[in-house]
Amino acid sequence: MEALVSIALGVLAASGVYLILRPTTFSVVLGLTLLSYAVNALIFFGARLKSGAPPLSIPGLADQTDPLPQALVLTAIVIGFGMTAYLMALALKGKAESGTDHVDAGERK
Amino acid sequence: MMAHLPVFPVLIPLLAAIVLLLATNAGTGTKQAISAVALGFLVSAAGAQIIAAGDGSIHVYRLGDWPAPYGIVLVLDRLSALMVALTAALAVPVFFAATSGTDTRGPHFHAFLQFQLMGLNGAFLTGDLFNLFVFFEILLLASYGLLTHGGGLRRARAGITYVVLNLSGSALFLIALGLLYGLLGTLNMADFGLALQKVAPADQAAVAVMCGLLVSVFLLKAAVLPLGFWLPNVYTSATLPVAALFVIMTKVGIYAIYRIVTIGLSAAPFTAGLLQPWLTWLALGTIGLGCLGMLAATSLGFVVANLVLISGGTLLLAAAEPSATAISAALYYMVQTSLVTGALFLFADAAGRQRGDAPLSGFIGKIMMMQALRESPHWVLVWTALIVSGFVAALVLARVASVFFWEPGAPGVPEKPEVPYEPAPGLSLALVLMTIAILAVSFLPAHFVSYSSAAAEQMIARDAYVPAVIGDPAAIERERRP
Repeated sequence: MEALVSIALGVLAASGVYLILRPTTFSVVLGLTLLSYAVNALIFFGARLKSGAPPLSIPGLADQTDPLPQALVLTAIVIGFGMTAYLMALALKGKAESGTDHVDAGERK
Repeated sequence: MMAHLPVFPVLIPLLAAIVLLLATNAGTGTKQAISAVALGFLVSAAGAQIIAAGDGSIHVYRLGDWPAPYGIVLVLDRLSALMVALTAALAVPVFFAATSGTDTRGPHFHAFLQFQLMGLNGAFLTGDLFNLFVFFEILLLASYGLLTHGGGLRRARAGITYVVLNLSGSALFLIALGLLYGLLGTLNMADFGLALQKVAPADQAAVAVMCGLLVSVFLLKAAVLPLGFWLPNVYTSATLPVAALFVIMTKVGIYAIYRIVTIGLSAAPFTAGLLQPWLTWLALGTIGLGCLGMLAATSLGFVVANLVLISGGTLLLAAAEPSATAISAALYYMVQTSLVTGALFLFADAAGRQRGDAPLSGFIGKIMMMQALRESPHWVLVWTALIVSGFVAALVLARVASVFFWEPGAPGVPEKPEVPYEPAPGLSLALVLMTIAILAVSFLPAHFVSYSSAAAEQMIARDAYVPAVIGDPAAIERERRP
């Protein structure tokens, strides 16, 4: 299970990095989205993989998982979502003003 | 009332920003009045914090009253109070400078300014690494708005680069935090050092890598080589009052490195020497890059942006040798250099409108840094870098002054049509305030130095900070993770 999850996260992150390095803004936004999926899942799995155990912290309860990563990942998802929306708006503005989606549009040659 | 003092610098700008958003359709005068009142309260709170932390006590504010390390705490010590006060000292002149025409180029300038101040103050006050991430995002989101304020293709493009860079940085920050929590079981800064001491030998390599990743995110924010190439373009794309405020943003990265090195990494043997082989060379490289950039600069804004790079590199030298004397000198230099570079950005704004006089450079702070770093193994290189960068800065600023003010038709300066004299009382007032602050720091150094050395000793000692935040370390029940 650990190996499978690690490979999935690695592929997700690698695809994200590849897309971030592409020359059009749209690919960059998609790449950041994939990367943030990978990161959010990584935080979540920081509590270790354990199924059927409640996310509680009760002394004496034998089978429980750490609830804090779930709180952390919620915050991270919301922030990442807001940032991506802002970046999208900025990219649209850049495209409207320069007429192209290329990341170097408007550079002084 | 005083018990709630640590949270005021976060709440005041937040409330002001909410009111400003509700008053979007109000006139410029109303918005300026709201922003000014909030800044007045913020300056009072910052002053009260300096007094409250000045006696060496550590004020812990438990948000939601959950005890640390489980709940999130704000911690007010001398360093936090100093950084909050420095932010306020920059924000007031920036506000006045922005009232000279910049703030009317978009509806939300003052709301962004207040959100930015909220994020900055929160980042300086928080005692929790994940909360630090949240405040980083708040200040970044506000800075995206401030950077693109005024519109135009160049700002939109610079904005996209800046946002993508910082989102990638945030992803790395989250990877480091997620795995550090998985390995250590805590993200509280005071508990971080204690948890590092208990890491099993098998986990030490993974923890060291994550600590390095965390610090490299802060290096990106502080614009240190090789992660510093973004800074000159971004800062010169922003309107100049905004660039003056952004000076403090690189200092957030430096502050985070100082904090994490003194409170966390130096606590455990396997992380104490982790950064020393790298930071000195990165700092020297950054100073060199800044010098080259200054010599190649074609505009005053670009010169000052490279000065920001040089001051970031200089401040990083103290993190490589975190002794009390080095950090004390660095804190004094940080105050001086932030005010000087901020003032120079405002001055560049004024130079476009009228003629003025150039302020001082961060000379005393650099001398103190040189004395403090005499024990460093690389002291010859460090001294050379500091002297050469100071010399280059003096040379370039003198050249700028002569080209701008005495040679109207000099090569490299395009002949501009004579701009009619426009009175800019806000900008003039901002420059006067900045000059007074710089003169006070430069010519009355005794007060500032005694405060900065006390702050540095408090940071190095750790023995007051850790018990104040988490009480008796032995009482924390720490589960052993599989």
